[in-house]
Amino acid sequence: MKRIIPLFICLLIGFSMIIQFFIPHPTSLEFGSTIYKWVIVLIVFALVLAIGNLIRHHGTKIRRQKKDWPYSIVTLSSMIGMAIIGLFWGIQAESLFQKIYLNVFAPLSATMFALLAYYMASAAYRAFRARSLEATLLLAAAFIVMIGFMPFGQYIHPRFPAFAEWVMRVPNMASQRGILLGVAFGAIATALKIILGIERAWLGGKE
Amino acid sequence: MLAILPPTDLQAIDKPNDAGSSVNLSWKLSSDDSMIDGYVILRRLVSDTTYHEIGLTGRGVSFFEDEGTQDGQEYVYIVASVKNSRLFTSEPSNNATSYPQVFHTGRINVLLCIALFTAFLGYFVSQARTGKELFIRRIPGLAAVDEAVGRATEMGKPILYVPGLGDIDWTATIASMNILGEVAKKIALYDTPLIVPNRWSVTYTVSKEVVKEAFVTEGRPDKFKEDYVRYLTEAQFGFAAAVNGIMMRERPATNFFIGRFWAESLIIAETGAQTGAFQIAGSDSVLQLPFFVTACDYTLIGEELYAASAYLSREPLLLGSLTAQDYGKIIVLVILFGFTLFSFFNINLLALLEVQ
Repeated sequence: MKRIIPLFICLLIGFSMIIQFFIPHPTSLEFGSTIYKWVIVLIVFALVLAIGNLIRHHGTKIRRQKKDWPYSIVTLSSMIGMAIIGLFWGIQAESLFQKIYLNVFAPLSATMFALLAYYMASAAYRAFRARSLEATLLLAAAFIVMIGFMPFGQYIHPRFPAFAEWVMRVPNMASQRGILLGVAFGAIATALKIILGIERAWLGGKE
Repeated sequence: MLAILPPTDLQAIDKPNDAGSSVNLSWKLSSDDSMIDGYVILRRLVSDTTYHEIGLTGRGVSFFEDEGTQDGQEYVYIVASVKNSRLFTSEPSNNATSYPQVFHTGRINVLLCIALFTAFLGYFVSQARTGKELFIRRIPGLAAVDEAVGRATEMGKPILYVPGLGDIDWTATIASMNILGEVAKKIALYDTPLIVPNRWSVTYTVSKEVVKEAFVTEGRPDKFKEDYVRYLTEAQFGFAAAVNGIMMRERPATNFFIGRFWAESLIIAETGAQTGAFQIAGSDSVLQLPFFVTACDYTLIGEELYAASAYLSREPLLLGSLTAQDYGKIIVLVILFGFTLFSFFNINLLALLEVQ
């Protein structure tokens, strides 16, 4: 019974949403809208569980003074502090919540994103050591594209930029589309397998 | 002032494939189109005598969508050329009534494709049920899962499984949950610590249930710890920072990055590589795949992500679905090839593939 009920709900809602896609009637649209409202309700319930997990995990770390426990104090105090500020003083423009968001959170996020440049250099070094045939091909393709897209490229050969453009537009695009085609079929098959109850890994696998 | 010619051939029809309340109007432009200021659209109920203005268009435009009709009511329209606030009206249109449709005819192609693919799926799953041997090629990234789990067990270090940054409505996240179930079963057998950080509350609850069920299925429910599955934050780079922190502090021996990733993919994968962890990644995002290929030991590319659950579980029914996917691809290739051939004879069939 523990498995039959989720499988039945999955089958019912899955097929209903597929059918809904083909019916433009207002009743059908209303049904779709109601389902999405239920999704929001589910998200709120899940959020309570998730925040409970966050508090429990970090609370335990602080209580038992596990390794690096002061970071947990930062996490919990930030979360609780922002919640209190938002609840009591609002989140409108010019509010304290927005000021902290724009002057603390946004720069921290931007800093993490900026680190990408460093990681790219580090990953490029690893990839360009050309220790295998694949890595050599990657190195050659990257070299052609990078040189071709730089102003310097046309001084090597006037047609170098056009060749780099061709590498991006033809072999690169063809392989990307090949992958996307497989992804599309994989996604459809996964959806159908779950709706039809063939795929049950999300329920712990075959009974 | 000279008389301006009005538009002609005014046609009014119910907007197809909609939820009602819309009528589409089309007309032939006025012969003086270049001289006028625009067109005014007027409407009245058939039972009424007075026209009311309902909209304007610029010159050169010969289409208008009236989105304010009452379903079941009969309307008649006129369109007027406007010049210096004077109206030069067309002949009245035919009577038109809007009503909601019960089937979207612009999506028949999608319906046919789903029906065909479901038929393939049904056939090959039934073949698998009869015990017919189905071939599945070796996928190195998945063949290495046992090695990855074994390595962590030997080193006495945890396994990190990041189910992507997509919410549960991404198919890649659902596929990742299926793989997590299979990986968690192996982890339950070896009694290795597991860390599953989540960006979204719903993925947190789903992944927790998946891991718990995997431990129950393997007869080790007592080994499951609540702390294995964690909720971090919805912030994209906050999540990346937190995962990096976990990798640097807890030093997992094996990292799985499987699901939907965006710009943070390289930040996470490269940090994992620098900690010396054995890494298996998988994504359907073509833009992030090169980063994973560079920074990880194995990468599941595109559809391999969706085949993983079947590959790991070796369940015949799931393997049957993979064969259906292959046949689906053959049909798409035939269509592409056929359409290309037709295009040489100036026959463009692409409209058949358009989805409204």
